[in-house]
Amino acid sequence: MSESFKPADPARRGALKTLAGAAAGAASLPLWARYAGAQSAEPIRIGFQMHATGIGAAYGRWYDRTTRAATSLINEAGGINGRPVEIVTEDDGTDPKRGAEVVEKFANQHNCDVGYGTLFSHVVMGSAPRAGELKMPYFVVSEGHHVASGALNRWTVQPGICDVKSQVLAMAPFVSQTLGKKVTMIFPDYAFGHDHRDFFSEAMAANGGEVIAKLAIPPTETSFTKYFPKIPRETEVIYHVMVGPAVLTFVKEMGEFFGPSRPEIFGFIDSLEAVDLSSPGLEFLEGTYFWEGMPRYAQPDQTPYDAHYRAAVGVDETGASVNDPKDVSTYAHMFGCWETLYVIKAGMEAAGYQGPADRQKLIEAVEAMTDMPHSNEHPQGAKRFNGKTHQVFGPQYISKLEGGRLDVIHTASLEETFYPDEVDYTARSF
Amino acid sequence: MTGRGREIALHGGLVALLAVLAFVLPAYHHGNVARVMVLAVYAMGYNLAFGYTGLLSLGHAMFFAAGMYGMGLPAYHLGLGAGLSFVAGLAAAAGLALAVGVLALRTAGVAFMIVTLMFSQAAYLTILLFGTYTRGDEGLVLTRASRVLAGVDLSDPMARYVAALGLFAVALFFTLWLVRQPEGRVLVAIRENEERAELLGYNVFRHKLAAIVLSGTMSGAAGAAYGLLFGYVGASFAEVQYSIFPLLWVLLGGAGTVIGPFLGTLFMFYLIDLSADITSAYMLIAGLALVLLTLFAPQGLGGEIRRRWAGWLP
Repeated sequence: MSESFKPADPARRGALKTLAGAAAGAASLPLWARYAGAQSAEPIRIGFQMHATGIGAAYGRWYDRTTRAATSLINEAGGINGRPVEIVTEDDGTDPKRGAEVVEKFANQHNCDVGYGTLFSHVVMGSAPRAGELKMPYFVVSEGHHVASGALNRWTVQPGICDVKSQVLAMAPFVSQTLGKKVTMIFPDYAFGHDHRDFFSEAMAANGGEVIAKLAIPPTETSFTKYFPKIPRETEVIYHVMVGPAVLTFVKEMGEFFGPSRPEIFGFIDSLEAVDLSSPGLEFLEGTYFWEGMPRYAQPDQTPYDAHYRAAVGVDETGASVNDPKDVSTYAHMFGCWETLYVIKAGMEAAGYQGPADRQKLIEAVEAMTDMPHSNEHPQGAKRFNGKTHQVFGPQYISKLEGGRLDVIHTASLEETFYPDEVDYTARSF
Repeated sequence: MTGRGREIALHGGLVALLAVLAFVLPAYHHGNVARVMVLAVYAMGYNLAFGYTGLLSLGHAMFFAAGMYGMGLPAYHLGLGAGLSFVAGLAAAAGLALAVGVLALRTAGVAFMIVTLMFSQAAYLTILLFGTYTRGDEGLVLTRASRVLAGVDLSDPMARYVAALGLFAVALFFTLWLVRQPEGRVLVAIRENEERAELLGYNVFRHKLAAIVLSGTMSGAAGAAYGLLFGYVGASFAEVQYSIFPLLWVLLGGAGTVIGPFLGTLFMFYLIDLSADITSAYMLIAGLALVLLTLFAPQGLGGEIRRRWAGWLP
């Protein structure tokens, strides 16, 4: 049985009353109800694979905050294709086995549209095969070279953060031309460190420099004094990329070894993400140089995009939480979450995404992306996405630690981060 | 029903139930149960050494990883087919178990735990050391082509489930058969009183070595199968927590019972999975549940069933 409708009051006053009432009513509706005009009011579900526990927990905490901030803004602006965005978070324990299980959970239990947010390379490697088999778009925020190397699959993309190869290649010209030609590398003796060793050695040779010693530190090492005497005397630059809790010991012991006369020192901020630079023992790093994916300290020429992003996530001008100055962010990496979420939004809108049946269209829409202008959506800088390698490229920053803060002294251009394609995922089947 | 009939009915019934579940489980649980079956094979391997022979190893992850890398490296670098690479994984695990067994069995008790832990840590670091081939901590993703066995794509959900069930059934019935054999009785005798077994004329070292080799090979079979079925070979599977997991699964399920390792693995998997749905502090819930189980069912689920209702449970 159908209900009968009463015709609306044709009088002007009545019509205005109705409109005003409707507007007031709409404003008072819960958020989900405002999306009822879309083909489906069902939320877009983004499965967030979070390193809430395990070795990646410090990163995970800030990836989570960044994700929530971006999602909140996306929803305030009308969601994606008129539908609200819902983040479904699962802790993967920074473990590849659990990571694969979490991906299955997103696809088969939570009915997520995409998986997203994985950082640590081994978790990406363990999870991506399952994402490919489940035919679920998998947006990683890892900076690993695994995507662009061709090791993964058509469903895995990294559109929000540059990979380690492009980061390292972009550093070599500055190191060679500004700091010195003869470099000793100190790196952890596993895949992440080996990537640095191989890519940087090659890039230094191409830029007229030379890596004269490569000191691989076993991951179980807790004291580093026995390694420093192996640094050749003619070393002009030390390149370090230590990670993990032993990094403070590493820096302290390096300071004790060299004293006031030291070579130039260049490192990756990965070592000190989420670490307060005024921590005891880090004084030795004063005057040294760091790669930063995005400058932790607000710079004098801060862009409005950085200010917008920083305020939305809740980070002060020193890179710490606005609520707790001791809670230092992982600022050099977490922008990748923000930018990836906006890429997902843009991809879904370009593909006219309605549901899991359109997942392939979403990947194709992302593959078709190229330039991403510097904007609120891409606050780290203008980027270029390579649809064939599923990898984005963007500017890289080199900062000097002076007076306890990091100031950008050089920005490597987008072009300096390019390297020849190693894979064409678009030629692979879905 | 005779004792033997009951044993066959119980274990055969479990395999039959798992076979039926292949057709009725929703996709998420379908994948979970396939994974649990593979990990239960690992636990069954551990149970042979710990539950039946009394050898408390803290280094079984090296055998799991030996199977995984023994399978994965030739598949990845040489393009070896799934069948041959699986056999290579078994051989690697058996060889490592033999070598470690010969050395570690010169010790006993706490020293055995420490020696196996150290060997396992050495195996983990070896994987990192040969990063050129193993890609260190990052690991290797196997191509779909290397995961095809006799024309069947093991990345297909049903094929994965059936392969996991097949391996599980073989391991289950092999364990059931073994513990009923004189060899199995000797292992239990060694567990209960090693000196007495020696006094009775048994070559205890030889029997313990056999147990370690069988245990390591079964663990390696699980590692090789895990790599083939889920497409990833990684060093994290050689880390110390993957030596602790099978101990936990066996203790929860019931050490020295054939069915216990499966119960323990299933229970632990879903305890973590379901508590993660309730709270982000899921490890707290899991820990509390484990404490309660230890207090009120110290012999594990299988052990408790045997104590209360089914004294015949092997």
